Amino acid sequence: MAEKPEKKEKTPRQPMPEQEPKARARNFEEVPYGYGPEAAVKEAERCLQCKNPACVDGCPVAVDIPGFINLIKQGEFARSISKIWEKNSLPAVCGRVCPQEMQCEGRCIIGKKGEPVAIGNLERFAADFARKSGECELPTLAQPTGKRVAVVGSGPAGLTVAGDLILKGHQVTIYEAFHKPGGVLVYGIPEFRLPKEIVFSEVAALENMGVKLELNQVIGRTITVEELFAEGFDAVFLGVGAGLPRFLNVPGENLIGIYSANEYLTRSNLMKAYRFPEYDTPIIKGRKVITLGAGNVAMDAARTALRLGAESSSIVYRRSREEVPARAAEVHHAEEEGVQFHFLTAPVKFLGNEKGRLTGMVGLKMALGEPDDSGRRRPVEIKGSEFEMECDLAIIAVGANANPLLTRSTEGLQLNKWGYIVADEATGKTSRKAVWAGGDIVTGSATVILAMGAGRKAADSIHDYLVRGW
Amino acid sequence: MFKIVRREEMSGGTVVLNEIEAPLIARKAKPGQFVIIKANETGERVPLTMADTDPVKGTITLIYMVVGKSTALFKTLKVGEGYQDIIGPLGKPTHLENVGTAVCVGGGTGIAVLHPITRGLKQAGNKVISIIGARSKNILILEDQMRAVSDELHVCTDDGSYGHHGFVTEVLKTVLDKNKVGLVVGIGPVPMMKFVSKITKDYGVKTLVSLNPIMIDGTGMCGGCRVTVGGKTQFACVDGPEFDGHLVDFDELTLRLQAYCEDEKECYNNFCTLKA
Ligand SMILES: Cc1cc2nc3c(=O)[nH]c(=O)nc-3n(C[C@H](O)[C@H](O)[C@H](O)COP(=O)(O)OP(=O)(O)OC[C@H]3O[C@@H](n4cnc5c(N)ncnc54)[C@H](O)[C@@H]3O)c2cc1C
Ligand code: SF4
Ligand code: FES
Repeated sequence: MAEKPEKKEKTPRQPMPEQEPKARARNFEEVPYGYGPEAAVKEAERCLQCKNPACVDGCPVAVDIPGFINLIKQGEFARSISKIWEKNSLPAVCGRVCPQEMQCEGRCIIGKKGEPVAIGNLERFAADFARKSGECELPTLAQPTGKRVAVVGSGPAGLTVAGDLILKGHQVTIYEAFHKPGGVLVYGIPEFRLPKEIVFSEVAALENMGVKLELNQVIGRTITVEELFAEGFDAVFLGVGAGLPRFLNVPGENLIGIYSANEYLTRSNLMKAYRFPEYDTPIIKGRKVITLGAGNVAMDAARTALRLGAESSSIVYRRSREEVPARAAEVHHAEEEGVQFHFLTAPVKFLGNEKGRLTGMVGLKMALGEPDDSGRRRPVEIKGSEFEMECDLAIIAVGANANPLLTRSTEGLQLNKWGYIVADEATGKTSRKAVWAGGDIVTGSATVILAMGAGRKAADSIHDYLVRGW
Repeated sequence: MFKIVRREEMSGGTVVLNEIEAPLIARKAKPGQFVIIKANETGERVPLTMADTDPVKGTITLIYMVVGKSTALFKTLKVGEGYQDIIGPLGKPTHLENVGTAVCVGGGTGIAVLHPITRGLKQAGNKVISIIGARSKNILILEDQMRAVSDELHVCTDDGSYGHHGFVTEVLKTVLDKNKVGLVVGIGPVPMMKFVSKITKDYGVKTLVSLNPIMIDGTGMCGGCRVTVGGKTQFACVDGPEFDGHLVDFDELTLRLQAYCEDEKECYNNFCTLKA
């Protein structure tokens, strides 16, 4: 349907108020402050209220975007969050971390000629408003069904399943290996991008509705899936994430001063090493820091390094700027804060001193060749272009593989050749009866919203099974 | 909270034993496996291999040496108090089989970890010869317990205050000379495990060592615990903690264990000043 954007597009996209780059590069407080009500209403007024909204097509969970934006426009903030909750149970998180430019905002009709409606910022506004004011209707629980569901992993996939099923009247217990719930939202994504208080308040809301949370339980070790069924659970959802760091397999990789991004970020975020010695977990701070990779994880690591006092923090990436997989906002923020980018550069080896500590990295220049399977142009080595970069901290952020701890200890689970669980795309059903899976352990490292989308589909299917059968 | 139900000090207070209520872990744990413990909200996650478990009582026993801030903090915990978080059992259990004659070599608090493995090897029908050592008699631990599960027990002290005057490795040589040995298990400080492995390599006897690198999650998620074994990187928390001693790069492990020395000192000093 053709809309007429020319007439309405008068107000510019409301800028997001943010901490000034120089200051924020040295603290762990959240970078954007969020819209105030006035800016939110103004931004909401930019929306054309399309009859066939393209933005909704771009949303993996099909939030009624014009619907909630319209409520913001009318100042009905509390009702606006209820609208979002119909489809998305973690809007305060998604408003902050979704790659909107590739989803809703990337499709927004206004974006064709100018800047798209700031859907992410508005979603965040509605969620923050609800959390701060406490002004919103709590959803009502359905009649108890007497059925019990075990959810393994408390990342976005697991939390979504738990939230959906508790509303439908089932008893839900979440089992989490770590001592804190939230998955990557807590151990991976830093405070300055997603304050942990937000994640914990989402989890607290689930607990208030009756979800039981069992921390420090490694399923496959402390308890097995078999034992969960033996204990009387009727269905099990596996949302254990990817969780096995990839290394480069280059010489010198075990020197002190080389971390996987998982270790670096877990030390800083989950263990609060950035507040050492108030917290007991130490972290190597690094003066000259190199991060290998250019996804969201790499941006988080490089920006954390600055906040821990690095003089320089560089991203080293094999491909070119066009292929950078991180959210546009993260790259923008990283650059503003002074992270340097070395594109078309591959690590060859790491250099160390007699104490086994990292002192440098040998890199190799690359050129772009023919497109590969992913359609991205394949980087090829330029012979003889080796050069040395000084560094005392290197963070490897080149992706994750499937962690086999749970899958190996569970019988009857079909895995693909990379070790991820095979699950039906529409329902999340695995090859084993009464076991569902979703999120990164099925798709490989993806996004928060895709994990939540998978959780929602699985929850629907689990509910169907509990009332009707497999 | 995981409650401490029994507490003992050993080695003149430098080593502490805690028996802790952890029924789920006690039910599952096998010799050679470890737990990760964290005392309180601001605490560090510390891996400790279990010295004993009692599935009936639902308890696990940990024995640790007080070496830094975290263990100094653990030491302040009394019976009735406890740990905020304990995760486990983690790692692969020791493969306990009948090899004929097995030799168990332990040093320092490594003896605590060795004890359940020694008992397991004995129960598997082996003739078990144990060699344990300490710097001095007054800090030697678990002598009686080790004697109870061994066919032969040799004790060594570095200063000659008790038993053989010298290192466990010297006794190990004589034992290997006199017996046809199917397996050696060596658990203790890294240099001890390194030299035990060196000797047994010359004798061509299969050797297991239990490694204790720095860990965070204990589930294979961070790679902080990586060790080089046979030229390949392995994660001690999921691929180990026990490895073939002949293949382990002990020098790399020694260096990696030093990663936070300076920080640890800072943290420990802070803690001591606060307490004083
Ligand atoms: C640093 C970083 C930054 C990111 N930034 C973004 C971003 O900006 N936007 C975005 O959309 N996505 C981002 N992602 C990706 C996104 O976080 C993940 O795709 C998403 O969290 C996957 O959710 P999940 O529920 O599948 O798993 P996870 O979030 O990984 O949660 C899995 C949970 O299961 C637990 N677990 C694992 N094994 C067991 C077991 N055996 N027993 C019990 N519990 C277990 C884990 O401890 C964990 O808590 C980022 C990822 C990282 C690491
Ligand atoms: S956000 Fe954009 S695409 Fe969606 S309804 Fe509004 S104007 Fe249309
Ligand atoms: S402790 Fe993190 S992978 Fe072993």
